[in-house]
Amino acid sequence: MSGLEDLYREIILDHYRAPRNRGELPVPPAHKTEGFNPLCGDEVVLYVELDDDGAVRDIRTAGHGCSISQASTSMMSAAVKGKSRAEVDTTIRAFKALMSIHEARLVPEGSSGDSDTDEGSAAEVNLGDLEALQGVVKFPVRIKCATLAWNTLQQALAP
Amino acid sequence: MTPVPAHADLTHLKADFPILDRISHSKRLVYLDSAATAQKPTAVIEAMNRYYREYNASVHRGVYEMAEEATAAMEGARARIARFIGAAEARECIFTRNATEAVNLVAHAWGRSTLSAGDAVVLTQMEHHANIVPWHMLAAERGIEIRWIPVSSEGVLDISGLDRLLDGARLLGVTAMSNVLGTIVDVRPLADAAHAAGALVLVDGAQSVPHLPTDVQAMGADFFVFSGHKMLGPTGIGVLWARAELLEAMPPFLGGGSMITDVRLDGFTPMEIPWKFEAGTPAIAEAIGLGAAVEYLEAVGMESVRAHEVALTRYALAMLADRFGDRLEIFGPTDALARGSVLSFQLGGIHAHDISQVLDQEGVCVRAGHHCAKPLMRILGVPATARASFYVYNDEADVDALADALEAAEKFFG
Repeated sequence: MSGLEDLYREIILDHYRAPRNRGELPVPPAHKTEGFNPLCGDEVVLYVELDDDGAVRDIRTAGHGCSISQASTSMMSAAVKGKSRAEVDTTIRAFKALMSIHEARLVPEGSSGDSDTDEGSAAEVNLGDLEALQGVVKFPVRIKCATLAWNTLQQALAP
Repeated sequence: MTPVPAHADLTHLKADFPILDRISHSKRLVYLDSAATAQKPTAVIEAMNRYYREYNASVHRGVYEMAEEATAAMEGARARIARFIGAAEARECIFTRNATEAVNLVAHAWGRSTLSAGDAVVLTQMEHHANIVPWHMLAAERGIEIRWIPVSSEGVLDISGLDRLLDGARLLGVTAMSNVLGTIVDVRPLADAAHAAGALVLVDGAQSVPHLPTDVQAMGADFFVFSGHKMLGPTGIGVLWARAELLEAMPPFLGGGSMITDVRLDGFTPMEIPWKFEAGTPAIAEAIGLGAAVEYLEAVGMESVRAHEVALTRYALAMLADRFGDRLEIFGPTDALARGSVLSFQLGGIHAHDISQVLDQEGVCVRAGHHCAKPLMRILGVPATARASFYVYNDEADVDALADALEAAEKFFG
């Protein structure tokens, strides 16, 4: 099952089995944002508490879904917690670039939010554990599972 | 196709389905998603190819030889399909794109000309979205009320409050077989109750027609819809059956060529049924393909199809319980005689998409998701299930392959 191991890297299964930052935060001061994948019913709920300067002071996640969506949610929460707004924006761009290289072929232009991907700066960002998710792009129907948490985060950070 | 013995062993039919020779991820293809769409026998593929190769022409118009052949083939298919479902006359069968379009036809042509604010349509909680959303759309437009027949925890309809639900209702819409639970609905008593209350009955036969003998008159239906592609036929063709007098009283659905006897600057006169409801050049090859699919199923015999699937479902239920115990939850009736060959399940805490992904690597195709029945999924309390469904070309080896692949999934995510 070599193909499967490309998708389900050990680090992904680890985040799936032991998700980080699960739970809720009091609203306010946190904001609650929900994201849905209508195709499979996956649901991500984010509680994000921002500092005055926009830094992610704290984040918690709830919801349900497949291993890819749950692991991606967990890894996202670990990657952005305590980070400045600029660092978070760069990470989102870099992650979406990682996914959109292949997604661009599948999704009609303008519908996947690709306008905010910056391949130049994205290539310079070290995504660390998140790079384990790049195997997902070989399984096109699962890309939406991986990007759900990130789209929901963008929604949470939108002014 | 080879003749079929009276008993239900249909193993020899596999050879009629060329796609089953396919290798998927280096494994034999094990196709267990026939409730979504069925595979096609050579007879169906060749019937469609023959039309395109030998007598491709538009129907109901040309006076040349090929056009007459095409018209005869399409109308012959209609007559065969009508006989297959127990219709009194071929003209009661309208070709649509699929069951979904057929429901939309009823909602538009009958619903919009008949229903007004305060009228009630009764549906069941286990309907496919195809028999829900058209009525929601009509409710938004006309202010009709939608009432729901509940589903019990055993996955069958709870008809204890039926008379109250039907009081003042104009239509009962009910599936003959749930695409999630496999539950077979005994339509006749429901239809009798609906008729006694003055309501018409629309039956969604998309899951039942491919798998059970069908008699639309005996079940008491007024409207009956189904899709060709789930019964060995091509995509893009489905059928609305309705009693002739209902169809004659209904206004047309889509307007255009073929559906008129006269068009003037100040109006038009519609054609007689069934063509009144078939605007534009129809899906000719697909209608012929569906006719060939019906011919194939008739040769196998629907009683044999049913017997084969009951035996296979019984085998699957017992074997899966034996190998997985409580870790595997199967939704719907536990008696193979009370259900079709559709098994929706959850395995441990593993998400249906992850199960389906591992199964795919083993060459096993199952459906994962909400199966276009989100209201039912909410009642079951699950966001998604995996679903294996069997048809004439499946055998015990396929069910064994499913179980082996499920064990692989458990190991992977355990």
